[in-house]
Amino acid sequence: MATVSVAASEQYNYDIVRKFAIMTLVWGAVGMLVGVYIASELAFPFLNFDIPYITFGRLRPVHTGAVIFGFGGSALFATSYYIVQRTCQARLFGGGLSTFTFWGWQTIIVLAALGDVLGYSQGREYAEMCWPIDLLIEVVWVAYLAVFVGTIMKRKQEHIYVANWFYLAFILATALLHTFNNLAVPISMFSLESYSLFSGAQDAMTQWWYGHNAVGFFLTAAFLGMMYYFVPKQAGRPVYSYRLSIVHFWALIFLYMWAGTHHLHWTAIPDWTSTLAATFSIMLLLPSWGGMINGIMTLSGAWEKLRTDPVMRFLIVSLSFYGMSTFEGPMMSLKDVNALSHYTDWTVGHVHSGALGWVAMISFGSLYHMIPRLWNTNMYSNKLINVHFWLATIGILLYITAMWISGIMQGLMWRAFDDFGNLQYSFVESVAAMHPFYVMRALGGVFFLSGMLLMCYNMFKTIKQGSAEPQTDAVAAAA
Amino acid sequence: MEMLMWFTKFENTKPLALVIFFTLFCMILYYVFGSKQRGERLEDHKNIPLQDD
Repeated sequence: MATVSVAASEQYNYDIVRKFAIMTLVWGAVGMLVGVYIASELAFPFLNFDIPYITFGRLRPVHTGAVIFGFGGSALFATSYYIVQRTCQARLFGGGLSTFTFWGWQTIIVLAALGDVLGYSQGREYAEMCWPIDLLIEVVWVAYLAVFVGTIMKRKQEHIYVANWFYLAFILATALLHTFNNLAVPISMFSLESYSLFSGAQDAMTQWWYGHNAVGFFLTAAFLGMMYYFVPKQAGRPVYSYRLSIVHFWALIFLYMWAGTHHLHWTAIPDWTSTLAATFSIMLLLPSWGGMINGIMTLSGAWEKLRTDPVMRFLIVSLSFYGMSTFEGPMMSLKDVNALSHYTDWTVGHVHSGALGWVAMISFGSLYHMIPRLWNTNMYSNKLINVHFWLATIGILLYITAMWISGIMQGLMWRAFDDFGNLQYSFVESVAAMHPFYVMRALGGVFFLSGMLLMCYNMFKTIKQGSAEPQTDAVAAAA
Repeated sequence: MEMLMWFTKFENTKPLALVIFFTLFCMILYYVFGSKQRGERLEDHKNIPLQDD
């Protein structure tokens, strides 16, 4: 694995990137551990132990908050600060402002988790945080925007590289989504509780406009920014088509905003909004696959790297999962398919094929590329990267296969009628039928978590053998 | 005033939005693929990540 030392430590602010990179690993391990625990609670309910603080209902948002905002968010802060500096050839703007984003963001994740465990939630999916935390997010996010845009504005490179477009779209869209989804009136100045500004079907539509675009901009657009930098860097060759990346960007950014209502098929919302969302979801297949093909074809002519470079394997397999889940998503947005899949475990499986297969895998690949360079060293063990890759892949396959079977079975059992027009199965029968698949899902989670812990160990040893001190000459070493 | 009222009706604004956005998308496509010279200049930018070491 090639490592280029950081001769430009003075030129670039890598300290903040290192901090976020370490917290990515910490939150990844914590969030996935909680994920495995709650998956086990569903398989073996005694694990709730009748303790309210650790029941599934409270730990589930702890899991989603830690993996999406702790792990994913920290990975995005780290990589965006790294990429924007290197592709703009400019030091991060704002001095201490970026440090503020670090401490602010970590405080938010901790406070959100504490709020969840103690039972404080505003009941909005992926936005459970109470209003004071929402305000803190707003402040930190504006600081993030200022640092990112400020750096772009003082760039020495004339062109703004496409990865930065994706990051900027993610920052702007997240600001918009967070602000409008969390419009609420606190019941008093000293209460953590509040009322949403919206009600009924409008409230649901606002929630899923936010929820789906959190997936679209936080978990997709931003990680595509990661892909457009780290895949070419690791492959040592430019992205397959820059022009395709431009069309990919504009099509994806435009189409995603309209698709959220497909989460509310067959509910009280107006039918045309449902149809509109399904139509845009189908159209989303084109930019999604365009981007996937652009990433994978970057390896064109150098496919042997897939055999020899485990980091490359992480990056390319993540794109394969991206392609798979962005095919499955539009399919599930069709009303007739959704009639079967909605409210079942199929949805949970779909989310995790994107979250584990795409988001986590592309983050792992990017971190394996970036961390040795930040500490001027090589990875401690390439073999462990390979083991991590297989643990993660097997874990994901176990997870999504279990959820496919369980979800489709649930949907079919709920809609089965007997000869007299009565429901053929009671709800509890469908729960009992799901049990083996819940055990299988928890096992998949254990595989994935083991890989994550292995990565933490490998990174710990790597950082220990490296040095954050700036080196005066750039050394390229092959491993 | 009547013109403003026209914009308040979904059956008017939905096809209008469709025409505007479709035209915009066609313009982006033309910008990206319409000129060989511009295409080469755009493709040059893909080397930026490889020049940053």
